[in-house]
Formats: sequence, C-alpha cells, structure tokens
Amino acid sequence: MTAASSAGRARNRDRALLPNLRRGSPMPWVIAIVIALTVIAAASGLALRNAAMRASADLNGGVTVQIISAAPISRNQQTEAALAVLRRSAGVVEVRRVEQAQLETLLEPWLGTRPGDAIDELPIPALIDLRLSGAATPERVAALRAALARVAPAARVDAQSAWLIPVFRAISTLQWLAGGLIALLATATVAAVVLAARTALVDQREAIAIVHLLGATDAQIARVFQRSAAREAAVGGLIGLIAGIAAILALAEQFSALGSGMGAGAVLGWTDWLAVGAIPLGGVVLALLTARLTVLSALRRMV
Amino acid sequence: MKIAFTPLFSTWIDAYAPDATRSALPRPSIKPNAAPMNQPDAAIVQFDNVGLRYGTGNEVLSDISFTLFPGRFYFLTGASGAGKTSLLRLLYLAQRPSRGLIRMFGTDAITLPRERLPGFRRRLGVVFQDFRLVAHLSAFDNIALPLRVAGVPEREITKPVDEMLEWVDLAERRDARPATLSGGEQQRVAIARAVIARPDLLVADEPTGNVDPDMALKLLRLFESLGRLGTSVVVATHDVHLIRKVPDSLIMRLDNGRLSDPTGALRYPPRRTGPTGNHGGIAPLGFAPA
Repeated sequence: MTAASSAGRARNRDRALLPNLRRGSPMPWVIAIVIALTVIAAASGLALRNAAMRASADLNGGVTVQIISAAPISRNQQTEAALAVLRRSAGVVEVRRVEQAQLETLLEPWLGTRPGDAIDELPIPALIDLRLSGAATPERVAALRAALARVAPAARVDAQSAWLIPVFRAISTLQWLAGGLIALLATATVAAVVLAARTALVDQREAIAIVHLLGATDAQIARVFQRSAAREAAVGGLIGLIAGIAAILALAEQFSALGSGMGAGAVLGWTDWLAVGAIPLGGVVLALLTARLTVLSALRRMV
Repeated sequence: MKIAFTPLFSTWIDAYAPDATRSALPRPSIKPNAAPMNQPDAAIVQFDNVGLRYGTGNEVLSDISFTLFPGRFYFLTGASGAGKTSLLRLLYLAQRPSRGLIRMFGTDAITLPRERLPGFRRRLGVVFQDFRLVAHLSAFDNIALPLRVAGVPEREITKPVDEMLEWVDLAERRDARPATLSGGEQQRVAIARAVIARPDLLVADEPTGNVDPDMALKLLRLFESLGRLGTSVVVATHDVHLIRKVPDSLIMRLDNGRLSDPTGALRYPPRRTGPTGNHGGIAPLGFAPA
C-alpha cells in the first residue's frame, strides 16, 4: 500500500466523521475577492520593481555634461575641449555630443517651432552624454568635474541616476505599500477563515461532541475542517486569480499605450508570473493552517 | 418468549468486530470470559470515594466506590435524579469527578492527559439515553462511526455494519437519516453503534426504553453475548423485568447520589454473602434473580 493511497483512505474516513461543512458558504467569494486584490497588488509591486531596476541599470553609468554659456563661440570651444578631455579619461566608454537639432526637438513642446518663437534666440546649453564603465559614483563624477574645470569652466557634470532619485524613492514607497496591502489582505483571509471555522464549530458542536465521545482525536476532527477550508480557498483562489490576471492585463494595456520610457520597463517576467500564480496556493495553505489551528484551539477547550 | 440467537450475529461478532477493531487499537489482552472477582488486577474500572458536583452546587454523587470486572453484567438502578446519568458520564469519560479516584483499564483516568483520552474512549461503547445520533449521517454511517474513528479500513467496514443493521432489523433503513427514524429505530442504531467495535466496557442508559419487549430481549441477549466475549456491561434502567432477565447480573443502586451497597458486592474484595448466583455467591441488591 502506497503512502498516497493510505492518505486517501484516511481522508475518506475523516470525511465520514462529520457532515459536509459550510455548504453554500460565502467563504469562496470572500477568498476570491481577497486573492484578486492580492494578485493585483503583487503584480503592481513586481512591475514597479522591474521598472525601477531597468531604469537604474540604464542610468547607472550615465553622466551628462552641460556647457552652460550664453556665448555661442565660447560654448562651442569649451564643448570641443571637454569632448577631447573626456575621450582621454579612464573609465569613459562612450562620449557623444547631443546634436543641436536633437536638443531643439526635445525643447519644442515648451518653446514652440513657429516663426517668432524664442527657440532660435535662447542660449541653449550644449549637452554631452557619456557612459562610464560601472556606476557613476559621486567620486567618479567629482573627478570628471575636476578634469573639466581647467578646459571648460562652464561645464556642469551630473550623474543621470541622481535626477531619478526622487522617482526611485517614490517607487520604493509604492512597493512597500503593495507589500503592506498584501499583508493586510493575508490578515483579512486569516480573520475570515477563523470566523468561518468558529461558525462551523458552533454548527457542528453536537456532532463533534459525539465523535469525541466515540474516540475521535482532535486531529481527526480538525482535518475535516481544514480540508473544507482548503477546498473553499482553492475555489475562491482560482476565481480570484482569473479576475486578478484580467485586471493586470487590462492595466498593462493602458500603461503600454502611454509609451513612456519608464512605463515600458514595468513588465512582468516569467518568474513574476509564477509568483503571481502561486498566490492562490499561498491562500490555500494559509486557510488550511488557520482552520487547523482555530479548530484545535477550540477543541482543547472541550472535554 | 425465547429469542433465538441468530447465526448472523455470531458471524459478525466472531469474524469481523474483533479483527476490525482490536488490530487497530493497542489494548491489553482480556480473557474472553468473566474474570474472577478476587483478582484486583483484572478490574476494568475502579471507583474509589468518587464525588461529583456541578459548579458550586451540592454533590450529585458522593462517596461512590465500586469495581467492575471484565465480562460481568451490571445493572444501575435508582429513582429519577438519583445520579445515574452523572455516574454513567463518569464511566464513559465525558466528565471528570470533583474528587476521588477512578482507575480505568489499569490507568488513573482522572490525571489522564487529554491526548490519551481518545484511545480510552475507543474501548468504550455508549448508548445514550437520547441516542445522540449524528443528524446528518445515515444509519449506516452512524453505526460505522466507531470503526472509522478507530481507523478501520473502509473495505472492512461495510460488511459488519450491514450485518449489524440486519441484526437490529434496520437493513431497509440503511440510508435513512436519524430524523426519519422512529424512536425505537434510533435506539437500535445507537445500540448497534455502541457494540459494533466490540468495546471492553459497554455503558447503556435506558437502552431498551423505546423498543418492543421482543427487541428488548434480543438486545439484552446481545449485551450478554458481548459479556461472554469479555466486555463489561453496565445498563442503567428502571425496568425490573429487564433486570430479572439477566440472572447473572450485579446491581448497583443509586439513592440521592450515593451507591447502596450493603452486600459489598461491588467493592474489592467483594464480600461473599452466600451461595446465590453463579458469580461468587454475591446477592444482587433488591432483586432476586428470575
């Protein structure tokens, strides 16, 4: 006899100890709502994490040099000198001057393109985009600043990642919020299962007393309740997962329409989908353990 | 009227119940016949100065002392409110006493850890006065409960339970729920449930109160046959005629929560009072053997 068949027989025996528990209970629907919200919160948290990681990787070694000078000739001279110094600098893997036309394109939304608009008359800084091997640490940025000070006193050197620090902080806060939401939803699941288990215990009090007197152990009785809770959590979890994934896909479609660079990084990998898919399983385990502990605790107070 | 002891039940009791239950439960070996009453080690239950009170009220049982031996048949009598049901509750471990000592199957039952209670309860068969059938289970499932609780494989349950149903004339009501059974039918299901696992101690509270005289006698013979296999039987009843049907029985009488025991028949060592009866010359209280 295999262990599986032995466990199956034990399940059959336990099933016959007490009548079917909580038939028609709203518990699967409560679990479905909780799981759907958990799936959405978890997927959002994971997508935000991915977006932050991708942006961080993209900007990690990026440095921007601005030559801020109102005089076009001096600006050009300083820019050329800065380019020459940067190309010789150790650790710089890529140096590129951002073309004037590209700069004007970037500024068009704010300064306009029609005749009479101020774009041609404004002293727009020259921009140099460079990429370092490794991270643009404050020390490396300071070294670049010192190297450029002699040949381009109007140069301003900034690590690109520094501009996004507030954004990363906001993303981190949102991730914590998602984590907190998941913890709250897990607590709500526990509370709902405890309430349902206690109600079922009251409903079955007489039957439990009888099987107790016939020699049933607390564990035998608890198995009936935990199996019922697990079954309801599985049904609710499946419904919740489907609803949650539908909501995620709808949100993903909306965000992809934005076309934002950072939004494009907010995608879920296959490991993320596996984690999201495992949420109902976690719900089942949580419901099962909660029901077991609740029932065992209540039975210990009975004779 | 003489009730024939059907071969069917003999088949059940010899072939199924012992194997089905005893193999699943650790229990000491008990000789399948009445034990001599001068051997304290053979005692299955010992009460010593047991008292019981509910809450802060007066004692409903006081100074209860007796010893039960394997294979013996005991009647518990007394007026309503005398404490019979309370005494039975102590016997089937539904209640712990307020004072005194209870030893059951050689173990102190009062300090018994909770996790060991189920093992002891599986050695008891109980017929409750109000039957206490599980309302949502069929007659078959109610009778099968002790076997399932004891972990008897499902394939070994169907045949003995079906035969038991047939023996108590309820084969046709196999799948009926308790609510659809008459009082007598419910009582027979309760009795079948109590004896199906062939307990070491059978405790029955007015077990024949709702059945016709023929069935009452038939059930009494069932209890006696269990006694012959080593089961101690304690039956609480008001029915004098029933008591007279079991001449080998011993009688415990409760009066206002105290056990009348002038002959010392139920104490260890029992006081031998004369050559009456065939169980050590102990004279049952208040009733002459029929």
